[in-house]
Parts: sequence; C-alpha cells; structure tokens
Amino acid sequence: MALLDIKDLSIRFGGLIAVSDFSTSFEGGELNGLIGPNGAGKTTVFNMVSGFYQPTGGAIVFDGTRVGKLKPHKVTALGISRTFQNIRLWHELTVLDNIRVSQYSRLGYNLWDCFLRTKNYLGREADIDRAAFAILEALDLDRFAAEYPKNLPYGLQRKVEIARALSTRPKLLLLDEPAAGLNSSDVDGLIKLIRFIHKEFKLTIWMIEHQMTVVMSLCEWIKVIDFGRTIAEGAPEAIQQNPEVIKAYLGDGTI
Amino acid sequence: MQRLTVPLLLLATLAGLVLAAKLGWIDLYVQTTLMFLCINIIMATSLNLINGYMGEFSCGHAGFMAVGAYVSSLLSVALFTSSATFGEPLLPPSLALLGLPLCLLAGGVAAALAGLLVAFPSFRTRGDYLAIITLAANYIIISLVENLDVIGGARGFMGMKKVLNNMEEVAGLPWMVIWTFVGTVFCVWILQRYIRSSMGKGVMAVCQDEIAAEIMSVNTNQVKLTAFLLSSGLAGVAGGLFAHVVGYVNPQAFNILKSTEAMVMVYLGGMGSLTGSILSAGLMTVLLEVLRPLQIIKWVAIPLLLIILMQFRPEGIMGNRELGDLFPKLKKYYRFK
Ligand SMILES: Nc1ncnc2c1ncn2[C@@H]1O[C@H](COP(=O)(O)OP(=O)(O)OP(=O)(O)O)[C@@H](O)[C@H]1O
Ligand SMILES: [Mg+2]
Repeated sequence: MALLDIKDLSIRFGGLIAVSDFSTSFEGGELNGLIGPNGAGKTTVFNMVSGFYQPTGGAIVFDGTRVGKLKPHKVTALGISRTFQNIRLWHELTVLDNIRVSQYSRLGYNLWDCFLRTKNYLGREADIDRAAFAILEALDLDRFAAEYPKNLPYGLQRKVEIARALSTRPKLLLLDEPAAGLNSSDVDGLIKLIRFIHKEFKLTIWMIEHQMTVVMSLCEWIKVIDFGRTIAEGAPEAIQQNPEVIKAYLGDGTI
Repeated sequence: MQRLTVPLLLLATLAGLVLAAKLGWIDLYVQTTLMFLCINIIMATSLNLINGYMGEFSCGHAGFMAVGAYVSSLLSVALFTSSATFGEPLLPPSLALLGLPLCLLAGGVAAALAGLLVAFPSFRTRGDYLAIITLAANYIIISLVENLDVIGGARGFMGMKKVLNNMEEVAGLPWMVIWTFVGTVFCVWILQRYIRSSMGKGVMAVCQDEIAAEIMSVNTNQVKLTAFLLSSGLAGVAGGLFAHVVGYVNPQAFNILKSTEAMVMVYLGGMGSLTGSILSAGLMTVLLEVLRPLQIIKWVAIPLLLIILMQFRPEGIMGNRELGDLFPKLKKYYRFK
C-alpha cells in the first residue's frame, strides 16, 4: 500500500481553478520535488494535503486514511507535517516551547493532570522535554533552546521550523520552499540538512523549491505544474531538458 | 526549603489577616477592601488568559461573574438559610461552613458552562467579531437575570449575610476573609499551572499564529474551549465570593462597566503576565477606593490613566514578564508550581 496516494485532486476558488486533476503517489522513503512558476498552485497542493484547504474534487489517501475532510491537527497526528513558504514560527515562544507545543497530539494527559501535577503529567512533560531536546540536538540547535525565534537569523529560523515540523513525528514531511531567502552558504547547509533528516529520521520528503541547485541535487523525481495542471514529470536531468518546462518558466516568446 | 517558601508565606499572610481581623487591628472597611483586592486579582488573572495569553478581546467578563454570583448565592441561601424565596433551609445551617466553598465551586462550574456562549462562536470567529459576541453574552446574562422575577429581577437578590452569620456562629472567624484568600490562591495557582504546561502553551501558539498551531497538531478548538471555560469559570468563582462579601447582588453590578474594570487591570498589568495582573489589581483596588469621593468622576480619572499608559508604556507595567523574569535571583528562594 502506498504511503500517500493523490488522485485527480482539484480545487477552485470562485472562478479560479487553482489546481486541477493532480495525481501522485509515494511508496515511502522518497525525496521528491514539486516545481512550477509563481502562482502555479504548488502551495495550494500542500495546503490540501495538510488539511488546510478542502479539495473540491479528487481524493487524498494517507496511510490508508482519507485525508480530505479531516481537520489539519488530525492530519498532522496521522503523520504529515510541513513547513511554510513564509516562516510561521511562534515568535513569542522560545525555540524549545515551539518544539514542545508541536507535540500537542501526543500530550497524553488531561486538564486535571495538569492542575494536580499528577505522576502522569510530570512523566509526560519529561518525555516531551526529552523528545524536544533530542530533535534540537540532532539539528545542532540545542544552543538556541531558550532563544526567541524572532531574534535568530533567517537561516536558523528556517532550521527551527524544520525542527518544529519534525517534532510532530511525521512520516511525510512537506517542505515549502525551504531555501527561499537563504544566502548561498546557507543553501549548502540546507541541502546537507535535508539529506541528513531524510536518512536519519527515515522520512518521506516532498518539497517545493524554486532554486534549481537544491532541486537538482536532492530530488529523485520531480513533478512540474503550471496554472494548476501537471505539465511534466521525471528525473531531474530529464526535467531540465523538457521543452514544456522550459516554456513554462521562460514563456514561449509569443505575446 | 525553596519548595516551602510560597506556601509558608501564604499561610503566614492568611494567619496574619485572620488574627488582625479577629483582634480588631483592621476594621471591616479594610477587610472588605482587601477582599475586593483578592476578587479583582481573580478577575484580572482569569481575563488575562483570554485577552492576554490568547490574544482575543473579551469585553464581557463580568457576565460570567454574574452567573457565579447568582448561582452560588441561590444555592447557599436555599441550602443553609430560611428565606422568603426558598422557605426552610434544606440542610442544617451550621453546615454552611463547609458548604460555602462547594457553592462557590458550583457557581464557577455554572459560569464555565455560560462560557460556552462565547467558546463555541470562537471556533469560527476571531478578533472584533468575537469581541462583539462577548459583549452580547454580557448583555444576555444580565437581561436574563433582570427578567427573572423569582430571583429578584432588577432589584437583586439578598440573604447571603445570613449564611455568613451561620458560619460565624459555628466558629467566630472572619470566614469570608479566609475563603476569599483561599479562592484567590486557588485560582492563580491553577491558572499558572495551566499556562506553564505544554498544553497551556498551546494558548499562546493560537494567539501568535492560529493556522500554524492547527497545522502543527494543536487542537485549536480544544485550546479555545479550555481557555474560555477556565477563564469564565474562575470569573464565576470571583462572582460568588463578591456576592458573599457584599451580602447582596443586583444584575447591574455586573454590567459592562465591571467588565471594563477587569480589562483595565489586564492592560495595566501587562498582557500575558499573571504577576502584572496581580499588581494592577492591587493598584486599581486602592485607586478605586482613594477616588471613591469623586464618585462617577473616577470613571474619567481611570480611563485617562489608561490612555496615558497606552501612550508611554503600551505593554503595561510588566509586559509579558513574571516576577521570576524580573528578579532572577529571587528564583533561588522560592518555587511556585
Ligand atoms: N485562499 C485562496 N483564495 C483564492 N485564491 C487563492 C487562495 N490560495 C491560493 N489562491 C490562488 O491560487 C493560485 C495558486 O497559488 P499558490 O500559492 O498555490 O501558488 P504557488 O505555486 O505556491 O506560487 P509561489 O511560487 O508564488 O509560491 C494563485 O493564483 C493564488 O492566487
Ligand atoms: Mg507557494
């Protein structure tokens, strides 16, 4: 059974068909890419997969469960996590608290436990802390545990957001333009980081990215969409040569 | 030792208060002011959960106070006194001593349920629209009480003094001072336990970016439900205490002006700081008493103060810091968990 199976996914906003008949499938363990020009509908696909938008057509099946109508926090609890194109950390919570809160679906205690500080509460909170520090250490972020994300440089914020996404214990990680806004040395670090978490956390990763160096050096298989429609797919080298793709990115010269 | 500092200090304060009241060192006026101070602390800290930590704008907090005030008063009067409304007491009047805290808790539970009036709409509405809903909730509750003639309607409801007399007959202590103090400690304690837990941090995540919170596995509806129920429930406890301190309640005591008082305390003290709310509750209580001779003009003076504050220190006295953040060295000597 496939880990993620998307069939004929479509969504319209009023008159605009943002994504139409998008299909793809992940067996588990891949590191695939989704590319396309601005406004092509890439983020919209991710928004549907993470339960934030309700598709108007098609089906998303993750790990045997239909995702389409689930609330986002349920989808995340099933094992899909993501980062955002524009960083969306909680800037007034410390890095550590960002990682703690993202374990909400695994709290394992209720309000009374919290009021009475029961054994269960203390044990669970200790587990949450341990898990949080394990992730921060794995990503070499433990030095920043007590910092507020807003005070960190942009590159580190991106990294913290990835750490936060990992703390929900995903099987599938969606990265929405992780290299956006990074300088070239940060980009090198990011490529290494994604490779590392892909292997270390045994994840399936699906990423949207505009920077071709990142896409080409990481992705095994790439899908290209334009105006919501899939225009090509294949291995990185093939995609780079594909005339449809080149046309979509550069325009076809006629006006 | 560190663990014992806070409980010992609190116990010493309570013992000191009881002794001072018993020996007549502080008169009834001072006692009442101190009890109002405590009630204001509960109102401010509980509203801070919504307006500070969760970043919503509730302007109907006094409505929930009214629910707690009426439910606990009706219960204590019906159970422990003979009254025109309910006839003979349902339980031996001497039981009031133990029964009162339970009545107060029941008032809190009722107020929490009334909080559903705001909690459910909060799933779909935010900001200005939710603020209007909280305002409406305040009005609905007051109008409902005003139109219920069985419980006195607009004239109000009384008889709680008899409950207190019953309690003092059993043991001659300033019982309301004790229960108000205990109630306040209880409220602040559970609030800060909630706020410090990973569960409670979800409230702040919802405040800062609700969409990110939902997508990062936080059940945002559950967070809102918990926060609103907790906040309105504690306001209900404050209301019950208020009703029994004053001895009588009337619906207009819980109108928008009372809600405003609580809001002023939250913004004065600092959004997202329990210490700040406690400080500002103290400041406001004293100010309200000092300005009492000005009568209605005090409602010019206090908002003016707020305007000045917002100009020069919009984050309030404490911002979002607590005592321990301000004086890290103090942390060595106490632990408040
Ligand atoms: N909530 C919405 N309501 C209306 N239109 C929307 C909404 N979300 C996305 N769109 C539209 O759908 C189209 C696809 O947007 P999307 O954000 O998915 O593009 P993208 O491929 O991620 O582009 P970029 O590379 O700029 O991030 C755009 O035309 C956008 O305006
Ligand atoms: Mg996008």
